[in-house]
Amino acid sequence: MVIDKLKKHSSESNEEPKSKADIPVGKWVKCDKCGEIIYKEKLHENYSVCPLCNHHFRLSARRRVWQITDEDSFKPFEELTNLKTVNPLDMPEYMDKLKSLQEKTGMTEAVYCGTGKINGEEAVICVMNANFLMGSMGTVVGERITYSIEKAIELKLPLIIFSVSGGARMQEGIMSLMQMAKTSSAIAKANEAGILFISVLTDPTYGGVTASFASLGDIILAEPGAMIGFAGPRVIEQTIKQQLPSGFQTAEFLLEHGFIDKIVERKDMKEVLYKLIKFNK
Amino acid sequence: MSIEIQKQIEELKEEIKELENINTDKMIDVADEIEEAKKRLKNLERISEGNLTAWEKVEIARNPNRPTALDYVDNIFDEFMELHGDRTCTDDKAIVCGLARIGEQNYTIIAEQKGRNTKENIERNFGMPNPESYKKGIRFMKQAEKFNRPIITFIDTKGAYPGIQAEERGQGEAIARSMFELSNLKTPVIAIVIGEGSSGGALALGVADQILMLENSIYSILSPEGYASILWKDGSRKEEAAEKMKLTAEDLLGFKVIDEIIKEPAGGVERNSVQEVASILKTRIMEITKDLKSKNVDTLVSERYEKFRNMGEYIREEK
Ligand SMILES: [Zn+2]
Repeated sequence: MVIDKLKKHSSESNEEPKSKADIPVGKWVKCDKCGEIIYKEKLHENYSVCPLCNHHFRLSARRRVWQITDEDSFKPFEELTNLKTVNPLDMPEYMDKLKSLQEKTGMTEAVYCGTGKINGEEAVICVMNANFLMGSMGTVVGERITYSIEKAIELKLPLIIFSVSGGARMQEGIMSLMQMAKTSSAIAKANEAGILFISVLTDPTYGGVTASFASLGDIILAEPGAMIGFAGPRVIEQTIKQQLPSGFQTAEFLLEHGFIDKIVERKDMKEVLYKLIKFNK
Repeated sequence: MSIEIQKQIEELKEEIKELENINTDKMIDVADEIEEAKKRLKNLERISEGNLTAWEKVEIARNPNRPTALDYVDNIFDEFMELHGDRTCTDDKAIVCGLARIGEQNYTIIAEQKGRNTKENIERNFGMPNPESYKKGIRFMKQAEKFNRPIITFIDTKGAYPGIQAEERGQGEAIARSMFELSNLKTPVIAIVIGEGSSGGALALGVADQILMLENSIYSILSPEGYASILWKDGSRKEEAAEKMKLTAEDLLGFKVIDEIIKEPAGGVERNSVQEVASILKTRIMEITKDLKSKNVDTLVSERYEKFRNMGEYIREEK
């Protein structure tokens, strides 16, 4: 039943999302955090959150859209689905990798964008996809996000971006880096135009995404326990040659240090987004 | 360095001539030596023609004898006054800010500054900014806008510092905010990549109307070592990575990531030849300033937006 709903929401593919991050194989799933074995259907009824320890499982872009928008209200920007990278560094395996990921995930790239309604309130919504090259931002992701930001300005709609990303996309080198400037400039433009931008950080959000649009929300929300940072923990450990404190770079850590507005549980996300839109009308 | 290389080339030519004389006169076989010397000559000539591999450029960009931002500032501007502090907690010294002047034209300087010796490097955290450096930069950007001063940024960093406190104080947010502010600042911005322009820590000062890049500097998503270790799980393939990454000024001009290449003496500018490059930069800064100031400010800002808007070519596939 869940799958049927997902299908209706996705014009990109009729396939059921298959990635590990979303639906593990078989009827039962083991919680990464507490080890509890959970009946899969039960997990999905509970927003893909462990009923025992509140661990927020990684979510596919489609399931995320389905959780926060009104039924049948999400309309993907069809004009974005056929954008393809020029493979600026001529990486030989890269194009094959993209193709196999497209087949495996049923998604065309690492971000899914469109408009949808949240309790009747329309918004431009972008959702990044962890199971597509770790949500890394190449030229197509940068273009999709920038286009969506500009669409929010044009349509005078609130903008909501769910981030999940390892950062820049190595295979596209400097052109990937430049997407940070491109998306941040677009957010600045939306800011001038008085557009509400709610940035939602989910596990994990790192590197070039943290250091660009994701940190520029008027409101920045995060899911409980999400790992969020600029430099990866291993890079920091290698640099400072000491162990990192426990809880470092979690959403709770960021809240404590003043970099996010609020931690929101997945089951409350739609309602909180709705209220924030209403507060800013 | 260019004179140095010319001297070496002349010496080597002389040596080869002598070896050839020995070879013919005394019937001693020095053919191997001649071949070896010719190889060295060829290599020197390649360097003197500026025909360097990407990795050689990486090494030049990191040369501790390469001029730092302040070396250029001192040689380009008639006057410079450094001013300090982010107005929240500290004065991070990996970015230097201040006011400068050429003739009657005032400028704001925001510059990533590596140390010129060990002591300075420790003080400046090896040119790796903490968030407070970017916050200081942002303060100076806004001030520049208020007083209609063009901004000159100098880019030279291995990257923003990856540390515990840097994360606690919002490294990602600071970089993002720096680009955000630069992108619609109502005053001209010129960025100059003078050495290593690595990762978001470099790009934070790179959202500019005109981006100049020294011939042997590099600009990249991260270091070739880091790139090789992430992509191939093997940091030792750094030379191969440097070629693959397209991080040279020439590559980046081709990508339209930069606007102009500034020539360096053969083998790379060093501190004793900084004036040569500084005088080219001075001329270009004056010319570009004049050009940018002639634009209506709305045009200036919207052209800057379009410049970055168009970065990252993609294909629209037929369905
Ligand atoms: Zn659990």
